[in-house]
Amino acid sequence: MMHVYLDNSATTRQHDSVTEAMVLAMKEDYGNPSSLHRMGLVAEKILKEARARVAGSLQVQPEQIIFTSGGTEADNMAILGTVGHNLKKGNRIITTAVEHPAVLEPCRILEGRGYEVVRLPVDNRGIISLKDLEEALTPETLLVTVMHVNNEVGSIQPVREIYQRIQAYNQNHGSRILFHTDGVQSYGKLPLTGADADMISLSAHKIHGPKGIGALYVKKGITLQPLVVGGGQELGRRSGTENMPAIAGFGVAAEHIRINRESILKHLESCRLFFREQLLKKAADAVVNSPDGEFCQPGILSVSFPGLRGEVLLHFLEQDGIYVSTGSACSSGKKGHSHVLSAMGLPEARLEGTLRFSFSEYTTMEELAFTADRCREITARMTQLKQSRRR
Amino acid sequence: MKDQFTLIVRCGEVALKGLNKPYFERMLADRIRKVTKAYEGISVVRSEGLIFVRGGAHHDVEKVMADISKVFGVASISPAMEVESDMEKIGEAAVEFMLDLIERKGVKTFKVEAKRADKSFPVKSPDIGRQIGAKVLIGCKVLKVDVHKPEAMLFIDVRKDRTYIFEQKLSGFGGLPLGTNGKGLVLLSGGIDSPVAAWMMAKRGMLIEALHFHSYPYTSERAQEKVEDLARIVAGYTGNFNLHVINLLPIQEAIVANCPEEETTLLVRRFMMKIAERVAKDRSCMMLITGENLGQVASQTAEALVVTDQAVTMPVMRPLIAMDKVEIMDRARDIGTYETSILPYEDCCTVFLPKHPKTKPKLEAILASESLLDGETLIEKALESREVVRIQPTL
Repeated sequence: MMHVYLDNSATTRQHDSVTEAMVLAMKEDYGNPSSLHRMGLVAEKILKEARARVAGSLQVQPEQIIFTSGGTEADNMAILGTVGHNLKKGNRIITTAVEHPAVLEPCRILEGRGYEVVRLPVDNRGIISLKDLEEALTPETLLVTVMHVNNEVGSIQPVREIYQRIQAYNQNHGSRILFHTDGVQSYGKLPLTGADADMISLSAHKIHGPKGIGALYVKKGITLQPLVVGGGQELGRRSGTENMPAIAGFGVAAEHIRINRESILKHLESCRLFFREQLLKKAADAVVNSPDGEFCQPGILSVSFPGLRGEVLLHFLEQDGIYVSTGSACSSGKKGHSHVLSAMGLPEARLEGTLRFSFSEYTTMEELAFTADRCREITARMTQLKQSRRR
Repeated sequence: MKDQFTLIVRCGEVALKGLNKPYFERMLADRIRKVTKAYEGISVVRSEGLIFVRGGAHHDVEKVMADISKVFGVASISPAMEVESDMEKIGEAAVEFMLDLIERKGVKTFKVEAKRADKSFPVKSPDIGRQIGAKVLIGCKVLKVDVHKPEAMLFIDVRKDRTYIFEQKLSGFGGLPLGTNGKGLVLLSGGIDSPVAAWMMAKRGMLIEALHFHSYPYTSERAQEKVEDLARIVAGYTGNFNLHVINLLPIQEAIVANCPEEETTLLVRRFMMKIAERVAKDRSCMMLITGENLGQVASQTAEALVVTDQAVTMPVMRPLIAMDKVEIMDRARDIGTYETSILPYEDCCTVFLPKHPKTKPKLEAILASESLLDGETLIEKALESREVVRIQPTL
């Protein structure tokens, strides 16, 4: 049976080179970087190298990288850490209606503590307007957090422009508003560097690295209140013995995208182009939710099959060895419609039957053609069954 | 009591069964042996209508008691102290027993309840109570007698060779030992009701096997995983059993394509019953068990139940038929299945749910619709797709 993994926005298959580095860190170089003996030193070197590699992939300095348990912790740290360190300096946080729960939830908690949270609306492409953002900025604003790429549809937010507007506002008003972006779905695909934000969240397992490891880039001069305190690791910013095998694996994955990002992007673009065309030709009812061309990270294609149920489609595809997602993996299993698609103003019929196809450098055109074929047959079968109902 | 423990296990109704009494007691002792097999060095002995479970200091008494309390047929359990049936010795032991209670629970008041099962014992029950009570008062200065609301009841059970001293009673579920009432096949859906139905029949001594229908890919593999989780919880009471799993989708599709929409659910239910009857016969089950509950949903109205029941000749047990939903939910919480039952996965009954299901179906109409289908072939195909999962209790 074919094995077609098209759920790369949920997680990716680990590179073999990543696994090898992790095995080495588990079996041979298993020291604690804080230990004084030689084994500690070896571990410290591995940690240093991995940090340098992650930093290099963002074109920033190694000491600006804090390793975390993943994208969620990085998002939490950026938001709660900023607020925790600047308690008396302001009370407004600006975000968007389409963020990942890792951003929405800390914002909701802060709202409960009396902070004012502004959630910027998006247009039908899932993108905020810079004018809305500028109007929302006040001298009491502590933080703006806007994701780079949306995890459900792939929309790209204009982070560099957002950052520039915030910096200009800060200059004109003598304010110190910080800008954070969740870079989990853009990292390794789109250009993303320290010039795009004050803080950037990263996750290793979306770039063929291990799960359970991520990082927060924090620009020099910014202090955050730590979420995890203890032995003072990560320069006191995130305590706890370093997750060395995962960090070593993250380093390898980061190095891979630093070198290959542009060719990966090209490959994803051809995947999207090919699959989109195949699918629209074969499954006549399909409607693409993701925005076009430059407004979308090409590794993600959200498609609605109006009138059908996404979960059922997913299980039919699974029978053929094709693995996809409805909306995002984080919200599947929960009841209710996608907050992202709703914010984009999609009609009811398109909210229900949504699938997210997400590609990787391992995706082949053969797999995509096969998937489009199966979509045609499955949607035809389901539609026929529905119609026999209406007699 | 410190280095060795004794549990007195009382049989519930088992004691009422006249000439069958020894048989039921033997079955119950066997069941208790089964659940205590995992602990090494525990003995289970029947004597004078009671079952005595003895173990050593290395056993976790609380855990052993909890395990035994789940055995059907057990009315109650008490951790007891054993001494020779001699007033002097009983008195000393009672003082020791109460000192321990004072230390562990801070007991301040007590009452003695003595019973003389051995009528040849020289002291009569009320006198045993008075004399031992006096010794305890002398031996434990902080204690007072309170005959109305004592914090601790001190039970003295005098038997021929030995006397048992105990305080608390942990209630069991009662019922009858498993295996004393044949075997039934339960239709397990994944909802709140059917695990409770299975449990209730098992409580009356019936061995069970289970049958689950799914509609993959309209239902997910997680939904089946949930049913297996529920079955494992039930197996905590019944021991290992087989879960048969059958895909109903081809039958549902045939019904949707050929029969009136409002009859869908009932037609599907009838197919389920027919398939269940075949599986039951194949597995030597003599009855079917369902979680049906009068009036709960459209397919469980009196009229609908008549139509469903007519599909099979095998008796169908519906232990929840007259319970209220809240009662069923409470029972599910007691058993421990509730939290798993309410996990939100689609089950096969909600797939292709008609907008306006028939609540007062006519048997003739349903039979006419059924005749539009090649029922026998559909049933045989469904039976061929049967998979069997061996269910073992979660540790």
